[in-house]
Amino acid sequence: MTEVLFFLSAIVAIGGAIGVIALKNPFNSVLALVVHLIALAMLFLLLHSEFVAAAQVVVYAGAVMVLYVFVSAYVGEDGETWTSGGRLQRFFAFLLAAGLGAELLIALLGSGLKSLADESELPTLEAGFGGAAEIGELLLTKYLLAFEAASLLLLAAAVGAVLLARRRPGGIPEGPRILSVKDLVSSAGTGSMTEGTRGTLAARGMEADRLAERRVAEAQAAKARDAAKSAAASAPDAGSDA
Amino acid sequence: MAITWYLAVSGILFALGLFGVFVRRNPLVLLLCLELMLGAANLALLAFDRYHAQNDGSILAIIVMVVAACEVTVGLGIVVAMHRRGHPIDVDKTRELHG
Repeated sequence: MTEVLFFLSAIVAIGGAIGVIALKNPFNSVLALVVHLIALAMLFLLLHSEFVAAAQVVVYAGAVMVLYVFVSAYVGEDGETWTSGGRLQRFFAFLLAAGLGAELLIALLGSGLKSLADESELPTLEAGFGGAAEIGELLLTKYLLAFEAASLLLLAAAVGAVLLARRRPGGIPEGPRILSVKDLVSSAGTGSMTEGTRGTLAARGMEADRLAERRVAEAQAAKARDAAKSAAASAPDAGSDA
Repeated sequence: MAITWYLAVSGILFALGLFGVFVRRNPLVLLLCLELMLGAANLALLAFDRYHAQNDGSILAIIVMVVAACEVTVGLGIVVAMHRRGHPIDVDKTRELHG
């Protein structure tokens, strides 16, 4: 029975992982990852880690994946999502990943730990192994520092996410144009994200100068027009007086 | 089941996640592939937990899940900010994460 369950969940987990990589639409990738995570939780259960399996289903397949689904629905599918490097990049990616996989398998399967491969040599488990009570006790005694560090990390991540996703008025921060040293050093047209939204620095400067010149010229013209009008208005009076 | 089987599955899953990180360009899918690799590491940790009949590896697995959750919140925040500014959701076209 254990063998059947193991191979079933292992195949589903690997299939889900392949689905994450192979599916073009990010939304489908997220759904494939949900399948993968649930199969992985089953593998955890087979290893008698009940608490981690439950946390995996509740935290991952429940909360984190909902976040993924929301964001992928918000962002939407933008056409081609595979590699742009073409065949060569895909070939080298496959070579590297396969090499690392083979290395891992050799290291794990060829290790000198004989009892790894022998089920009968595994130690017998105590009654509470992998339960919430044991893990909770470990977290609050032996691993208290790691627990506190994790809570601090979660706080920092929450603050960072709020800062990143904050809605700014007009999308781009308003205010006076600030020149940084980097702007002066970097040549225009490097294709940065800033340039994509606001244009190159030189173009922006020229545009601003042209606007200012036009405004000055318009003001002068209006002043000249007013002066001419008032002169024309006073001229007939002067003529009648004479 | 012998522990070796679990470790083999873990190694395969890690290599698959690495391949995905190399090959895909959508940052959302890159985050998913990172999840694959972290999940593979968790599986190896729990397998050795069972091997030693101790719960210490479970603590590390839970910490890994916390770190993954943090990474997801910040990563998805960056993706949303990129989308809101009209940048392409594509790591190859993103050269600078500036304002």
